[in-house]
Amino acid sequence: MSADVDKVFKALAAPERRVLLDRLRADNGQTLGQLCAHLDMTRQAVTKHLNLLEEANLVAVVRRGREKLHYLNPMPIHEIAERWIDKYERGRLRALAELKKRLEGENHG
Amino acid sequence: MAESQFVYVTFIRTTPEKLWQALTEPEFTRKFWVDTVQECEWKPGASWKLMAPDGRVADAGQVVEIDPPRKLVLTWQNHLFPEMTAEGFSRMTYELEAKGETVKLTLTHTIEKSDSKLIKGVAGGWPMILASLKSLLETGEPLEGTSTWPKGI
Repeated sequence: MSADVDKVFKALAAPERRVLLDRLRADNGQTLGQLCAHLDMTRQAVTKHLNLLEEANLVAVVRRGREKLHYLNPMPIHEIAERWIDKYERGRLRALAELKKRLEGENHG
Repeated sequence: MAESQFVYVTFIRTTPEKLWQALTEPEFTRKFWVDTVQECEWKPGASWKLMAPDGRVADAGQVVEIDPPRKLVLTWQNHLFPEMTAEGFSRMTYELEAKGETVKLTLTHTIEKSDSKLIKGVAGGWPMILASLKSLLETGEPLEGTSTWPKGI
């Protein structure tokens, strides 16, 4: 399973791929064309990043007719969180994250 | 598009037969699915109910398609929250596919409605349940916090 975890961290290590995940979080189930329309990346680059995200299981692909729809798959991130965060810490961590968000404003990186 | 849908995929070290059993037999499901019990005859057209431990119906629907150990499609209406009940039936699909030593489980939950409260609710709940299912099959133990019904619901 550690090879799979490596894939997840590698996939998340590129800002372009995090932007793609943000796009899917905002509007789940997009085609390649829809994703490309709002991004300053070539179609080839988006395809390459999507493939890496799919290999890491961070993006799930569903075929509908001739279209391929891309969905954000949170399972690998959830499994990583389960590994290091105790369930009793979760409430406090969420409260701290909320506080940080409120004081700093929404901040993506 | 007037639709809300999510697709969750998890890979579990098990066989399709064992995963199917874990998804359908009460002795397994109550361990990772917050002590709920599914009432269903598991055949096409059969009614399906997800019962809370106190006997209330949490969600209910029908078996649309069943192909053990590969695919299950249910219609699914929430019965606990009026605003979700009002949205009517959603559709939940499990697809199981053997991949080497693991099984790829794909869960799709859809409703023909944008910004669905039901989909938002179940989308938040499924990661915990699926992670616990994976833990149960791979280690014999579900995750803490998934074997009891949440307080106050």
